[in-house]
Formats: sequence, structure tokens, C-alpha cells
Amino acid sequence: MHRRHFLGAGLAAGLLAASPLKVAFADAATDKRLVLIVLRGAMDGLGAIAPYADPEYRPIRGELALAEPGQPDGLLDLDGRFGLHPSLAPIHGWWAERQLLAVHAIATPYRERSHFDAQDLLESGGAKPAGQDTGWLNRALAQLHGHGSGLGLALGQGVPLVMRGAVPVASWAPSPLPEPTTDFLNRVMDLYQKDKVLGPALSAGLGIADMAQNASSSGMMEPGQPRPKDRQLMATTAGRMLADPAGPRVAVMDMQGWDTHVGQGSIKGRLPNALADLAEVMGRLREGLGDAWGQSVIAVVTEFGRTVRPNGTGGTDHGTAGVALLAGGAIEGGRMLGQWPGLREDKLYEGRDLAPTTDMRALLKAVLKDHLGVSGRALDAHVFPDGKNVRPMADLIRA
Amino acid sequence: MVMTGPVPAAMAAHALARFGFGAGPGDLARISNDPKGWVTAQLEGSPPGPPPQFADHPGSAPRLLEVLAVRKLGQTDEAMARRKALQEAYRSDIVTRTRIAAGSDRPLIERLVQFWSNHFTVSTQRGEVAPLAVAFENEAIRPHVLGRFEDMARAAILHPAMLVYLDNAQSIGPDSKAGQKRKRGLNENLGREALELHTLGLHGGYDQDDVRALALILTGWTIDRQDGDGTAFFNPNTHEPGPKTLLGRTFQAEGAAEAPAAITMMANHKGTARHLAVKLARHFIADDPPASAINALERKFRDTGGDLGAVTATLVRLDAAWADPLAKLRSPNDFLTATLRATQLPADDKQLANALNLLGQMPFAAPSPAGWPDRAADWAGPDAVVRRVDWSLALGQKAGGKLDARVVLADTLGDLADAELVQMVARAPSPAEALALALSSPAFQRR
Repeated sequence: MHRRHFLGAGLAAGLLAASPLKVAFADAATDKRLVLIVLRGAMDGLGAIAPYADPEYRPIRGELALAEPGQPDGLLDLDGRFGLHPSLAPIHGWWAERQLLAVHAIATPYRERSHFDAQDLLESGGAKPAGQDTGWLNRALAQLHGHGSGLGLALGQGVPLVMRGAVPVASWAPSPLPEPTTDFLNRVMDLYQKDKVLGPALSAGLGIADMAQNASSSGMMEPGQPRPKDRQLMATTAGRMLADPAGPRVAVMDMQGWDTHVGQGSIKGRLPNALADLAEVMGRLREGLGDAWGQSVIAVVTEFGRTVRPNGTGGTDHGTAGVALLAGGAIEGGRMLGQWPGLREDKLYEGRDLAPTTDMRALLKAVLKDHLGVSGRALDAHVFPDGKNVRPMADLIRA
Repeated sequence: MVMTGPVPAAMAAHALARFGFGAGPGDLARISNDPKGWVTAQLEGSPPGPPPQFADHPGSAPRLLEVLAVRKLGQTDEAMARRKALQEAYRSDIVTRTRIAAGSDRPLIERLVQFWSNHFTVSTQRGEVAPLAVAFENEAIRPHVLGRFEDMARAAILHPAMLVYLDNAQSIGPDSKAGQKRKRGLNENLGREALELHTLGLHGGYDQDDVRALALILTGWTIDRQDGDGTAFFNPNTHEPGPKTLLGRTFQAEGAAEAPAAITMMANHKGTARHLAVKLARHFIADDPPASAINALERKFRDTGGDLGAVTATLVRLDAAWADPLAKLRSPNDFLTATLRATQLPADDKQLANALNLLGQMPFAAPSPAGWPDRAADWAGPDAVVRRVDWSLALGQKAGGKLDARVVLADTLGDLADAELVQMVARAPSPAEALALALSSPAFQRR
């Protein structure tokens, strides 16, 4: 029996009613979908999207500079000034479809170089890393239909800070463990009834597990094909769950492996591998979303950029501004956004980093406001209370 | 949860859970006369030596030599076979480590070893680290858990596994002989994390100039990839010459002496005392520990020059450690270890490694140098909780009728199990479900 039946069976209904939690995934008011991909470790923005027409690019990037578009292993041109890393080739076509855009020289308000502080701030949405325990995405969910109940999904076993908060959210990752009987789950639920941590987590987890099972069994595995890697399976299944009319609407996914101090590589190396992985995940999300792609936005963010110059060990150290990507059928894409600060020595932040010209929150606010329909007032009051004077970017979302 | 402290009868189970991996058969009876005495006695006597189960472990040097040798072989069949053997060695290491923790008669020592080795995280996210990880713990962490923090810090930061993991092995002073000759240079990674994560902590009073100064001080500390002996060594040719100013103190050009002196200074910095006090209190007491607990640990650390035996003795005597209920959610690793201790079920190496992986906490696979997180919110994701329940049932089914869950419950949680739980386990429809309910129960999930 599917776990959803357990939830719908009424046995648990009293339980759930007693808590603020509801796990019914039906009835979402919005048909918009949002996937936030958090690249942990700080993606090198200049490696992902290179300003090849900037005269300083080649001299300052040295061994990490990529060939111009059209040359062997060259960049994939975007707008005559910037090029996409060749490992992102699978999403290059999205640019021409106007379903991919990039914001360069973007940064959170954080100006130091700790991963952990920077991720804290990227996710909490505050102006200072102050150990807040809720994330901006969860606070945004609270502004949606039904106060966001049943709309949020974290991909992975846990829930990252950006999705933590008062609104209950689900989390899911592929698991080979057999599914217990409904009767057994009801017994465990009884045990967890008074537990403020385990009770809500279990009911949210059971609801989504059933939906994931439906999503991953709907014709995805062709007989004889090798089992896809967990992350790829997760991306396709997540796309399908989001596409389900009764499914979640907002998902977050972490990707690791961006802290390329050593062996970053230009064409081969850690960064190209990580970028290929990212392109694969984005492609699978799109595939899973299917017809819902037209109502979807994928936002790709990272905690900061990396040093403009290579460090001494074929990599880059912690920097400041970097790049963010938006993709999806709902965006007005095919554009490079943000003011380009240049790579001249005197234009660099503290002589080493790309200088920030766009506040990350301007991008995030625009997506929440124009895509998910969160009001400007709610953004200021609840979602980014420390960022009232940061104006949302305009015209990112298709009218 | 009922937020009152344990009744006296539950004190033994409380002590075993808070300062160990919970109780196994016979533990409660053995310590019930004097649970506090059982805890404090573990800190006395000889410092923790290498566990006999690792008596045949080759240590980090031969492992590193093998890693380097395999790298040179490229993609040959022999290389593949030897690479696989190294992965097997890692798996065997972590399984043995888990069994040692589950079976220890000084479980507090194992908790401390795991806490400090997580503090000085080396992670298999860098593939070369995996075969060295447990050796790193045995060599740099274990001998010092009741010793001086500065000794542990020097051993850990300058250990080959750390030099590889945080890239220092490749960092070269820009003005060193090698730096002038080659176009290689400085890598800030270890310098930054040693300040931010290992010692002073974020906001502990350092800036970007200190990060760079420490990175320069650390240049030269490397491994020899060509014909070394697998240990860390100092290469004067790659060390940045000249004086460096770190945290207001200028280190004259002292070569190999600079890094140990710098780490000693950092280990004894007031920011370090605070940083470590918060982490210890959070790990052993509560996600948001009382200020009084943090202050007591910080004071003891400063008063004793970072004597971890004395700091731990303070920790285990804190009122909050005994009066406050067990509110910490067990990490997946602790949950698995506690399950092994409680059930005494035999599990082969593969099953144990799979379980660690499935539950989401492969030892030494932390996602970043900050190590595994330490709050309930980090481990109580919906999928993570479902997984613990699913896994508990799968284990119950494997154990078949071999265990009486009512006995396991009584032996493990004793008076921490309330009447409702006892009844639910007793009334479960099958032995498998009875055991799974006991292991899934909120009381068993806490420490």
C-alpha cells in the first residue's frame, strides 16, 4: 500500500490535525514551479561564464583562460562578450530559446571569505551572518497559498537552512530500503505524536515518499538500462513531483564540489566536471518537469565567487562576486544581466576578486515577486527584512 | 517531550546515552550504583592508547605511499586493483572504528575521539584522504583527547591527511626558491580553515591578512610525492622566506619552527577557548547550550592552557549534563553505534558500511571541512527520519526472532522508556516490528 493511503486513511488524520502540519499536497494555488540549486563551496563564476571579450581576461586568468568561441575546446558564445564553459553545452541551446540567463558580478552582502558564514547568509537572507535559524525560501513559502503548506521540498535526506522555518516542508532522496506496512507506520506515528521534532518530520517524509514512488515508477527506468546515479535520479524524479498537479511547487537541491583550490582545470578538471554535473541535473529537471517547464524557474546560486587570478596551485581561492543563473520556460532569457565591473587591477575588489555590482537579493526578490507572486510588502516585512532598500531586478520573468 | 530531568533510577541510562553510545546488555546494572562515578572514572588512569583492534593497522605512512604509487600507475589493471584495495581498506577501517565505539568500556573516550576528529575534519571528498582517515584519527586525535589541545592542533594540522585534504601539500611560498623558479604559488585553504574552523573560529578575531600570513607560515609543510617516506615533512625550498605577522605577532624567518609556534599561539588564543567551549557544550549538552555551561568550559580551558582532560572533567560534572533531559537527536553514526551496542547483533563489514551510508553519515565523508553538523535540525529532515524508521524495520526483519525487543528495551533505555513505549513494544504484532519500534522510539533517538 502506498504511504499516501496511510496519510489519507484517517487513522493519522486526528494526529495531523492536532499539529500545525498538513501534508496533503493537493490544492496548491500556484502553478508556478521554482527549483533553487545551491552550489556549495563557491563556484568560480569566471570559469562558468567567461568574459572573453574583456581585454584583461586572458592575461589575468592565465592557465585558466578558455579559448574563444569557435576555437577547439572554446567557449560557447552567449552575447559576443561572454561565453559559456563548454561543459555546460547541454544547456547552451536554452540561451537561444530565451530560457537561460546569467547575472554576473553578483554577490550577497557578505564581504568576507568564509564558506560557512557566506552560506549562512545566502540561505538566511540576512545582511549579517547571525545564526538565524530560518531561511528566506521558507519565509517566502509562508506567503503562498495555504501558508505554503505542502509546497516545499528539499532534495536530499535533510533540509538545508534556506528551506528551514515555520512552514513544514518535505525532503526526499532515493532509498533502496523496503517500505514498511501502513500498520507499522501508524504505530511509529503514535510513538512520535508528542515529539515536536520527529513527529512532523515523519509525516512530511511519508507523504513525499509516496509521491516520489509514483514519480520514479512512471516509465523512467527502461529495462536493461543502467541505474542512474542518485543525483540524476533525484533530479528527474523531483521534476516529476513538481510537475504533479498535486505535488510540491518549490524545491531546493544542494550540489557539492565547487571549492576548487587545486586542479580546477580549464577544459578538464574539477570545475569542468562539476559544471557537467550541473548541466546534467538541470537537463533532467527539465525532462522531469515536462509540460510544467513553461511555468518553471531554476535558480542557480553559490555563496561567493573566487579569486580572479589563479592561485599558486592551479586553482582559485575564496573571492567575492560570482555568477548566478536562471533557467526555465517562465523566464525572459537569452540575456547577460548585471553591470560588468571589468577585470582591470584597479577595478578588482581588494585587488583580487571580481567586484560585486548586483545584490543577490535583487535577483531572489525578483523571482519570488514576479514568479511566485509574493508581494513586495511581504518581501520587505518577512522574507528579506534586512534588504528593504534592495530593489528587485525587473523583467526577469515572462509576462 | 517532558522537559524534566531524569528520575534517579534513570540516571544510569542517562549517563550512558549522554556520555557514551547508550547501554548494551548488563551496562545499566553495572553502573547503576554510581553513574557519575562511571563517567568520571573514564577520564582517569592511562591516556587512551591505540585500540587493540587496530594493532595490525599499517598507519598513515604506508597508506600514503600506496596512494602515491597507485597514482603513478595511471589507468592500468593493476592500478584499478590496488585502488580498489585502498577503498576496501577505508571501508574496513571505518567498520572497525564503529565496532570499537560500540563495544568500548570507555565509550566517553570514543565519543571524544569522534568529536575531535570531526572538529579537525579530513574528508573522503578528496579521494586520496579515504585510506588515511582512520590513521589520521589514531595518530593525531586519539592520543590527545585528554591531553593538551595545542598538541592535538599541531598533530592534526600538520598531518599528511590534513596537508593533502586542505591543499597545503601543494602550496608554495611565492618568494621561496621553488616559487621563484616555477609558476606555482600560495594556496590559502589550510591557512583559512585552521583559523576559522580549527582554532579561533568565525568572529574569533582574525582577518584576511592573518589568513594569508598563516598560509605563508604553513608553506613548506608538505608530503614528498616522489621518494618520501609517507610522512609530513618541511621543505625549505618551498617555504616563504622573511618575517610574517599573524594575529599581531611577528614570526621572524624561522623556517620549520614557524608553523608549530603559530599553531601553539592560535591554540591558546582566547577566541579558541570560546569557540571550543561552545562546540563541546553543543555536542554533549544541548543544541543551544546554557551560557553557564559554555562559560565554565571556556574558563577551564583558559585556566589550564587547553588541558582537554581538565576541560572534559568539567564538562561531565556540569549540572546541565545531569539535570537537563536528553534533548540531543542522535546523529546517524551515533544511532547506528547505539543500535549495535543495544542489540549486539552481528553484522558483516558490508552491512555496516551500507548502513552508515544509507543513514547518511559515512565516517570521514563530511561535506566540508566544517565537519558534520551538530543540531537536530541538521539530522531531522523528513527523509532522514523516514530512513531511520525504514532501516530499523529492515534490521528487525533480519534479526528475526533472535531478540526479545522487550528485553532490549529494558536493557538499553531502562527507566528512560515510558509506560506507553513499553506497552507498544510488548504489543507489537511481530518480533521484527517490536525491535523496530524500540529503536525508532523518541527515547532511543536521543542522547
